[in-house]
Amino acid sequence: MLKRVHFPTSALPYLLVAPQILITLVFFIWPASQAMYQSFLIEDAFGLGTEFVWFENFQILATDNHYLASFQRTAVFSLLVAALSMGFALILAGFAQRVVRGAMFYRTLLIWPYAVAPVLAGALWVFMFNPTLGIFPYFLEFAGITWNHYLSGNQAMALVILAAAWKQVAYNFLFYLAAMQSIPNSVIEAAAIDGAGPARRFWTIIFPLISPTTFFLLVINMVYAFFETFGIIHAVTQGGPGTSTTILVYKVFNDGFVGLDLGGSAAQSVVLMVLVIAMTVVQFRFVERKVAY
Amino acid sequence: MVEHRPLTAFLTHLVLILGVFAIALPVWITFVASTHDELRMNQAPLPLWPGEYFLANMKQTLFGSGLSGTEQAPVWLMLLNSLAMALMISTGKIAISLLSAFAIVYFKFPFRMGFFWMIFITLMLPVEVRILPTFEVVANLGMLNSYWGLSIPLIASATATFMFRQVFLTVPDELLESARIDGAGPLRFFFDILLPLSRTNIAALFVILFIFGWNQYLWPLLITTDTSMTTIVMSIKQMLEAAEQSPQWNIIMTTALLAMIPPVFVVIAMQKLFVQGLTETDK
Repeated sequence: MLKRVHFPTSALPYLLVAPQILITLVFFIWPASQAMYQSFLIEDAFGLGTEFVWFENFQILATDNHYLASFQRTAVFSLLVAALSMGFALILAGFAQRVVRGAMFYRTLLIWPYAVAPVLAGALWVFMFNPTLGIFPYFLEFAGITWNHYLSGNQAMALVILAAAWKQVAYNFLFYLAAMQSIPNSVIEAAAIDGAGPARRFWTIIFPLISPTTFFLLVINMVYAFFETFGIIHAVTQGGPGTSTTILVYKVFNDGFVGLDLGGSAAQSVVLMVLVIAMTVVQFRFVERKVAY
Repeated sequence: MVEHRPLTAFLTHLVLILGVFAIALPVWITFVASTHDELRMNQAPLPLWPGEYFLANMKQTLFGSGLSGTEQAPVWLMLLNSLAMALMISTGKIAISLLSAFAIVYFKFPFRMGFFWMIFITLMLPVEVRILPTFEVVANLGMLNSYWGLSIPLIASATATFMFRQVFLTVPDELLESARIDGAGPLRFFFDILLPLSRTNIAALFVILFIFGWNQYLWPLLITTDTSMTTIVMSIKQMLEAAEQSPQWNIIMTTALLAMIPPVFVVIAMQKLFVQGLTETDK
């Protein structure tokens, strides 16, 4: 943590940490504690008075079917986003890793969607799937499928999952490729001498060896799907039709800024904070193990 | 590749090329939409091959009055706002993280670990989970509709502080010893030795943070009500809403293209730094 050789105590270190600590206190710790405090309050219908109600907001949440449905929806959404983008990235990385010359060229062509903002990714996909004009609904019509994500909840969900997964493939590809390239060549060659073909080598050697990366990416992708996909949902469906794409982050925003249910929104924020903390702990414990390994 | 079989080599490249096309398809369609006029963009099926209105669309998007029927700032102003926000967030994060990492690694002072944990907590509080109270704080400070309000609440950074702490810990102690023998004070040591040593780390982090800053959406959406402060990324959503009345897809998609070019360019042009930054900050 601390250098063996260090500078003597003075006022200087306090000045050095001051900007960061000040911003943390004002914009992180204070708002978070406010959210916690507000989650214990219920405002009356006219906004005239508030009452301290301990855990009543959380009890309301725990029995609120809309909230529980949103929880379930978020779980399905994030698992599908993670599975889709990681699966696609795994396939591409598996092939790219076999290319001796040109692997870096393919990498350049595959990693740039990381830089596209989620809301832009949403705009691109909603344009491609525009029910009256889009390219995909036009071709789907030939297959006998009528596409309208403004009416069908499942199609709306499919669209936000596609947009969210598209953006994340780049990140997953990068980490998978790096993990595969760090496997010693001798291991692969030994398997080849024993007569294992490319597919067999992938499933029995490469895939098990990169399992730490798979686990790491799973956590990262879940965090991404939980918290960073707000822009996609907001651009593509606004949580609709009905509430069929209202994931937890969108619900906090919607109940707080549109519905003005401060106590309920704050309680949801606290639940989300607990979720982030849990995911961060999982991520850090895993990283520690990887270092020892 | 271990074995040399032309067929598998061909298959490998085929899959990769198909993958590249699948990934690029949404952007290709966006680009094609930005090269046709409004009339063509309202006839199904939409074109899949570029037309000849690219420069005209660019000109109308950048300097024209924007979409008809919307009150928006000109797109060049939005690009400037985005650039200012992205630069303020990235340089701000790097500056305050360098300073606090320096203090935590090179000084022994009371509450050192307390400060460290306070910074660590910020990792667990993304802006999405504390939007309402943070919005209230910024409103009370009178920072709505300003560059300060856009950037300052986002610049506390646990990941950057951790990264610089890691970098500083690998700097040999002998450097500090010899610097002190030569009579260098803490600030001299920081500016003349530590900063030059962590130059590539700073550059790598800058690439990641620039993208992070440029792509901010929810936060600018909440705290800017004045059209002259809108950023390019948040304008897309307003345009999509306006598209229901006046579907000028050529202009909307040209704007989308303009909004994604700067960060995508940064990734491609500084790929090595980008990869380094991405793998370092997520540890």
